[in-house]
Amino acid sequence: MGRKLLTENINVPGIQSLSVYRHQGGYETLKKAVGMTSEAIVEEVKKSGLRGRGGAGFPTGLKWSFLAKPEGVPRHLVCNADESEPGTFKDRYMMERIPHLLIEGMIIGSFALGANSSYIYIRGEMMYVLHILQRAIDEAYEAGFLGKNILGSGFDFDLYVHCGAGAYICGEETALIESLEGKRGNPRIKPPFPAIKGLWERPTVVNNVESIMAVVPIIKMGGDEYAKIGIGKSTGTKLISACGHINKPGVYEIEMGIPVEEFIYSDEYCGGIRNGKELKAVVAGGSSVPVLPKSLILNLANGEPRLMSYESLSEGGFATGTMLGSGGFILMDEDTSIVKNLWTFTRFYHHESCGQCSPCREGTGWMEKLLHKILDGHGTLSDVDLLWEIQSKIEGKTICPLGDAAAWPVASAIRHFRHEFEEYVTNPQNIKKDHHYYRVNNISPEFA
Amino acid sequence: MSADKEIKFSDDAYALVQKIIKRYPEGKQKSALIPVLHIAQAEFSGWLSAPVMDYVASLLSIASIEVYEVASFYTMFNLKPVGKCVIEVCRTGPCWLMGAEDLVKYLEKKLNIKDGETTADGMFTLKTAECLASCGTAPMMQIGETYHESLTLNKVDQILDDCRATVTEPISHWSKKEI
Ligand SMILES: Cc1cc2nc3c(=O)[nH]c(=O)nc-3n(C[C@H](O)[C@H](O)[C@H](O)COP(=O)(O)O)c2cc1C
Ligand code: SF4
Ligand code: FES
Repeated sequence: MGRKLLTENINVPGIQSLSVYRHQGGYETLKKAVGMTSEAIVEEVKKSGLRGRGGAGFPTGLKWSFLAKPEGVPRHLVCNADESEPGTFKDRYMMERIPHLLIEGMIIGSFALGANSSYIYIRGEMMYVLHILQRAIDEAYEAGFLGKNILGSGFDFDLYVHCGAGAYICGEETALIESLEGKRGNPRIKPPFPAIKGLWERPTVVNNVESIMAVVPIIKMGGDEYAKIGIGKSTGTKLISACGHINKPGVYEIEMGIPVEEFIYSDEYCGGIRNGKELKAVVAGGSSVPVLPKSLILNLANGEPRLMSYESLSEGGFATGTMLGSGGFILMDEDTSIVKNLWTFTRFYHHESCGQCSPCREGTGWMEKLLHKILDGHGTLSDVDLLWEIQSKIEGKTICPLGDAAAWPVASAIRHFRHEFEEYVTNPQNIKKDHHYYRVNNISPEFA
Repeated sequence: MSADKEIKFSDDAYALVQKIIKRYPEGKQKSALIPVLHIAQAEFSGWLSAPVMDYVASLLSIASIEVYEVASFYTMFNLKPVGKCVIEVCRTGPCWLMGAEDLVKYLEKKLNIKDGETTADGMFTLKTAECLASCGTAPMMQIGETYHESLTLNKVDQILDDCRATVTEPISHWSKKEI
């Protein structure tokens, strides 16, 4: 069993409540933190090697040290709880079950950054989770962990929740800030970075739910101890949300560095592919990262086992590797149509493009149409080439990374599964005849 | 909503709006727009008409256009009337892998409507949604605040029956609790 730092108490009955959370040692780390200087806290986070868990993997301590601190200008920590990357459901799971861990992390983080008011931006669809958080916040105010002069430290701090209203793009940090200002979620051109000019033009740090939660064990155990867990520059534990055709979908806290094969097949984690089927492909870090066939997800190109870490998953670049991303593991069995799965992703990006950049706005729609044409049995070989061409012209040419996120799944599907696209365009009659291509059900097909 | 009905929040909703505005710095009351629109949608039959949006604009001292451009950007805001129960079925990859497509087809057949339409009795609106962070318990759908997960057709039948039996007022994402 790997060490559990975030989910250790997740199954303790009543852990949602302040009393049980405290009984398990909750808010003791906050007490420790307010006895430290803010610089010392940032230093511990730096030493821990924690990398942002929202997808980009940027070192959290470094990000915190970039925060501008002009005299007399308030600063903010904003928690990114927009979680909408397909395949990712760890943040919702954590906030729902152990809300005080996020609140404790927000207080410690805000104390370290010198922010006297901070916000948790949660996607609007998760309104019931917002209520859970609000109840926990109310309890924390009552207990004196929030409000004026927290634990006699002289630090005043208010914490607010704020809801979105359905837009994947608001997970991108500058779009999130726009949304929090009451606007459409259009990403901003960087620079200026939020650390200089963020929310209401004030210096702002945006961090993922899991990153903020991880600060609690880091301060508790010390950055050096935390850094001993994991492998190389992938320190600590990581929450992986696993879904698709596996026996045990769910959220797992792993020590970074375990073999991918162990994660997929051991009973401690995914428990293997359901119905005794073969694994076909895996999307390892949420829909935006490249899809890999079984052979390349289990092993590097040189045959060595691939590990669950930032470095190992990206080993081989996009030719033979992928990314850890948000930790959303999507597993597909041998019957899955890669083309059709890709179409749902591309439709998603088209739907979610904010429309500011033409390569993203037009390219995603065009790719969606081409994939639909191919699935409909009217595709040609030149359509496959055209798909490749379009994705290559989106990547790197847009304001925010949503454009890249739309391009990579298309590129990787063609790179590793070109034969499937070719089969669809050369033998379209098989697409509809062969059920596998169209559906994988766990519900009776008689109504479909 | 009839045109003559006065557009005004209930006292509770109004008080909540004032409370929400205070969460943001002086002069940044526009930040309250999205939460307030959720409240407005719940207060006025599950959708945002132009007069309702104008009312929200006046509450926040911003121009109506600032409300329209936001309301039209976010998928959770309905700009035309909807049924009492809006069923949002996730259709993105991970849910598709687990049969979401069949779920949508089943609902279309059973309710005799297409994606985006409302049943003749005004009870149900069917909407497809993108990933709702519930991929490990796919297929799933949301009605109001509630996530219905690990669905089977039997479960869906049960949920629809429950809705018919218990829902009299439109249910919104905001369930009139603290927000
Ligand atoms: C299109 C898009 C969607 C994103 N969605 C999320 C999200 O839902 N949650 C999240 O934490 N980060 C998301 N991110 C990453 C954020 O921009 C940002 O990097 C992150 O919140 C920083 O937190 P971290 O440093 O703690 O990872 C998204 C980025 C893009 C480009
Ligand atoms: S890349 Fe797409 S989502 Fe991002 S700013 Fe441009 S149009 Fe908007
Ligand atoms: S794909 Fe349906 S909840 Fe994520």
